Amino acid sequence: MSKSIDSRKNYEKTKKEIGYVARKDATQKDYDRIGFMSGLEVHQQLNTKEKLFCRCPAGVFHENDDYDAEVIRHMRPTLSELGEYDGTALMEFKTRKEIIYKINNETACTYEVDDTPPFKIDKEALEIAIEISLLSKLNIVGEVHITRKQYLDGSIPTGFQRTAIIGVEGEIQLKNKKIRLIQLSLEEDSCREISDIGHTRVYKTDRLGMPLIETVTYPEFVNPDEVMEGCNYIRFLNRSTDKVRTGIGAGRQDVNVSCKGGTRVEIKGVAHTKWIPELTHNECFRQWALLNVRKKLKESVSNSKKWKISSKEITCAEIGLKNKIVIEAENNGEKVVAVNLPGFNGILSHFTQPGKIFLDEISDRLKVIACIEKPNIASFEALENKLSKSESEKLAEVLKAKEKDAQFIFWGPEDDIKTALETIEERCIMAFEGVPNETRKSFADGSTIFERVLPGADRMYPDTDSAPIPLQNSYIESLKKDIPMDVIDRMEQMKKWGIPEDTFTYLLKNNLVPLIERINKELKVDAKFLGTILGHRLKYIEGHYNKSVDFDYKIIYALFKYLKSQKLDFGIAREMLPILYQHPKMEFESVLTSLKFKKRNKEELTAPIGFLKEKFKETGKKKTKENEINWVMGELRKQAVGNLDLKDLRKQIENN
Amino acid sequence: MKDDLFQGYKGKALELLKKYNVRVWGQAMIDTTRGQFNGTVLPRAENDDDQHIVLKIETGYNVGVDISTITEMKETGFKKANYKIPEKDFPYTENLPSVKLFGTGGTIASRLDYRTGAVIPAFSPGELYGAVPELADICNLTTEKVFAVFSENMGPEQYKKLAIAIGKEIENGIEGIVIGHGTDTLHHTSAALTYMVQNSPVPIVLVGSQRSSDRPSSDAALNLMHAMHAAGHSDIAEVMVCMFGPTSDEFGLLHKGTRVRKMHSSYRSTFRTIGDTPLATIDRKKITPIKKNYNPRRKDRNVTIKPYFSDKVTMMYYYPGMKPDTLDALVDNGYKGIVIVGTGLGHVNKELYPAIKRAAAKGVHMYMTLQTIWGYVHMFVYDTGRDLMAMGIVPAGNMLPEVAFIKLGWVLGQTDDPEEVKELMLTPINDDITKREPYNGYLVYQGGIPEVEEFIRKVHK
Ligand SMILES: [Zn+2]
Repeated sequence: MSKSIDSRKNYEKTKKEIGYVARKDATQKDYDRIGFMSGLEVHQQLNTKEKLFCRCPAGVFHENDDYDAEVIRHMRPTLSELGEYDGTALMEFKTRKEIIYKINNETACTYEVDDTPPFKIDKEALEIAIEISLLSKLNIVGEVHITRKQYLDGSIPTGFQRTAIIGVEGEIQLKNKKIRLIQLSLEEDSCREISDIGHTRVYKTDRLGMPLIETVTYPEFVNPDEVMEGCNYIRFLNRSTDKVRTGIGAGRQDVNVSCKGGTRVEIKGVAHTKWIPELTHNECFRQWALLNVRKKLKESVSNSKKWKISSKEITCAEIGLKNKIVIEAENNGEKVVAVNLPGFNGILSHFTQPGKIFLDEISDRLKVIACIEKPNIASFEALENKLSKSESEKLAEVLKAKEKDAQFIFWGPEDDIKTALETIEERCIMAFEGVPNETRKSFADGSTIFERVLPGADRMYPDTDSAPIPLQNSYIESLKKDIPMDVIDRMEQMKKWGIPEDTFTYLLKNNLVPLIERINKELKVDAKFLGTILGHRLKYIEGHYNKSVDFDYKIIYALFKYLKSQKLDFGIAREMLPILYQHPKMEFESVLTSLKFKKRNKEELTAPIGFLKEKFKETGKKKTKENEINWVMGELRKQAVGNLDLKDLRKQIENN
Repeated sequence: MKDDLFQGYKGKALELLKKYNVRVWGQAMIDTTRGQFNGTVLPRAENDDDQHIVLKIETGYNVGVDISTITEMKETGFKKANYKIPEKDFPYTENLPSVKLFGTGGTIASRLDYRTGAVIPAFSPGELYGAVPELADICNLTTEKVFAVFSENMGPEQYKKLAIAIGKEIENGIEGIVIGHGTDTLHHTSAALTYMVQNSPVPIVLVGSQRSSDRPSSDAALNLMHAMHAAGHSDIAEVMVCMFGPTSDEFGLLHKGTRVRKMHSSYRSTFRTIGDTPLATIDRKKITPIKKNYNPRRKDRNVTIKPYFSDKVTMMYYYPGMKPDTLDALVDNGYKGIVIVGTGLGHVNKELYPAIKRAAAKGVHMYMTLQTIWGYVHMFVYDTGRDLMAMGIVPAGNMLPEVAFIKLGWVLGQTDDPEEVKELMLTPINDDITKREPYNGYLVYQGGIPEVEEFIRKVHK
């Protein structure tokens, strides 16, 4: 009989034990205490016409059911160049997945499905990658070698990604520190997953093969906000070339996190930069929690080398199980297995992440490695799918459990039970070591789940299908001529102009600073004014109106040029922008007409001020000077916009 | 072995490595005008230039360093990679058939070769078991490397050696034979073995892979399993080619060695039976016959080995405007047998007539096959055909051009009597000429038309 544990209380207790603090309350001191360390791998699609190794169009996407053919593949691990099998590869092989590719003829040829060797690397992509490498102060390689990086999850039909290093050892300058870069590689993008249920995973091949760069930093970030700052910087740098793709999925990042005594864990495919702080915070504490688990296990298990699980196939009736999900699974022919973990009492409900416990670590792996869909696990120590006291007493009895042990049941198809048991034992043994090397999938709420074993350098293999590409000095020099200004210098420039800092992210993200600079220089429009109208007004418009596919930021230059030539006040751009955003092909004059704009000179506009002030007295408003000015402003505003600077108008009213 | 220290490097790059005392597999720190590079020096492929040094950097990637940018280089360590497929003893299982695998080169199981930058085969049963453990559930395997040549270098000498080795193995009581082979000329070899190894009591299965086994999506493992399964368990005792049916990892096809042809330069499902249907489909669990008639497996060991081949045989691919001197040149160079690959039903233009007459007069054996690949030679239909026959060109039915070439070489290795040659050429061996072409023999789908698009969407191609 095992000691009975209140899982919720134990969760809270262990959370406190490790000194978990919510992110909003966390200080650098907290991060120093647990040894927060993080690095980034920032992916960015390049805006090329064609894919990287075949001549299919890049950037054309399809709905899930818009396909012409299906191809099935299974992946099998192979040796690396150095003669080792990669851990991830073996794990994926264990999962016995059948991979189905849905192919659309428009965006996939025989290359995508690995029925034809690669064609020459896309020159446009190579040039953009070199340009960005130069911007990142990387040492450019003398010869580009295409390498195969194994991916056995099926996300690439060949079973590997063709990728090549363009530069090594660079740096980016953040506000307060420099972050060193390990490398930048040019690679082909993977398939998009449609579904992954049981032993079948379905992908579509539209995105597959599109050129992508990956910028990898050293793990030199020491708190979650810094990671986000670094990520933003790299993304702004990429955007500053104007040669990268934007929109959903065009930029994604993997974030590596570890705590003091922990291991590098990679959070994969973080879609939004703003998710980074919460994710890294939680991951670091998850590792801290796992180290506490290790400490506890060391106390309760005397010989971890000999540690083994024991298990028994049971029926629901045998332990009087009432859980409907399990009973239904059993009725569908699935097996129910009881597992005893010696010495794990109180571990299963140990805090790992907000709302998650150690048991989830096991459940996640059952889903990914043994392909047993969730929910797949129930225990007295669980937070959900909790076994009742009597159920768990029976369970302990069936398993002949001791006081310090913990038990749970899992259920799944018969064929998957063996892998499941191996997986459970494997994960528990890892708990004696501390933090497993793994990649984790991220969610918007800041939590993560196990995705796969972290691959090592053993999954690399030279691509025997393609020749190395030499990069001559002269070629690199010619590309150097076109590279834009450093992001950090852009920031300085904006500060000098007096542009409010809350616009920086938006302006850099959309690479609008060069536009501001150009309008400022050529049309003599105030840069601060431009920064505000783009950084505030345009941002607002983007959030509230539908963008026309024809809208291009270039139109803003044309707009100011027009206003200048017509001697109109630039302030009217605020009103014209929403219309142009939706109808960029409309003539500026028509935009003005639709705003009911009439050209008036200053005298005409200011003439009625005296009369209006008289009229103000007839309104019921309190007769203060301020109210008077505001009321008159209100009456004249509409006609004045475009004809007169509103500040000027106000002055006129004040002085009249 | 001194040169091994600088595997593959030559010219300027080699000089530089020697100058700084940096070896292949040495950990190197290289200063260049483009900054510093650190990593392990890798061997260089022989055909690459002498202007770069290849490094494996710490993250596992390879990069090349331009030697003209190098200012300083230092070896800081040394670690030679031990590239080896894990070798485990191939387990013996009671009641499983004994299968022999003959290696000829090719990419069935392979590893990287730094010399060429390409892949070289792994081969011993232990290596194969390490790479494809499932094989142990199919048969008890022994292997023999007969020779190691690339597919395109296979020729008459290799055919003969293989035939003799097969004969010996059959006498020794083997229950099935698999031949690992590069795919480019797999169908030439399968035809040659059909003629040289006759009346075999056991299956003889040729297999290759279109994607080398150094990639996770390779067809090698599945092809190998299918081939072992066919060799050990199938009832069809013929020379066959076993390769993917669809490009998907679903099932393989067993093709007759005389009716099969490689039809795509890179697809997995490149092998097709021409003018007929394949013998059977095969997966890891079962063999499903398509053809009802075949030579069944027998207990006896009465195989006939006929390892003959004349290298005075050639092929002539006809094209419009071909000049007679091309044929004259072949004859003048002593060729005794010419397989003509003609247009349409089996035609060449009138301009060649004098050369054909000269060749016939010199006793050259000429056989007509088709560029259309599909269909029969019909030389009675047009005057041209009749003229050609009158001049001594013999129509070879629906024999595939490559098969006719191999057969003529095999026949002329035995006799040069025109009547005997003709008798041997036109007597069908294992359906190299068939009496009839089934309506589903010719199937070349045309992509784009609705019914084919619908089929492709529904059925894994
Ligand atoms: Zn393509």
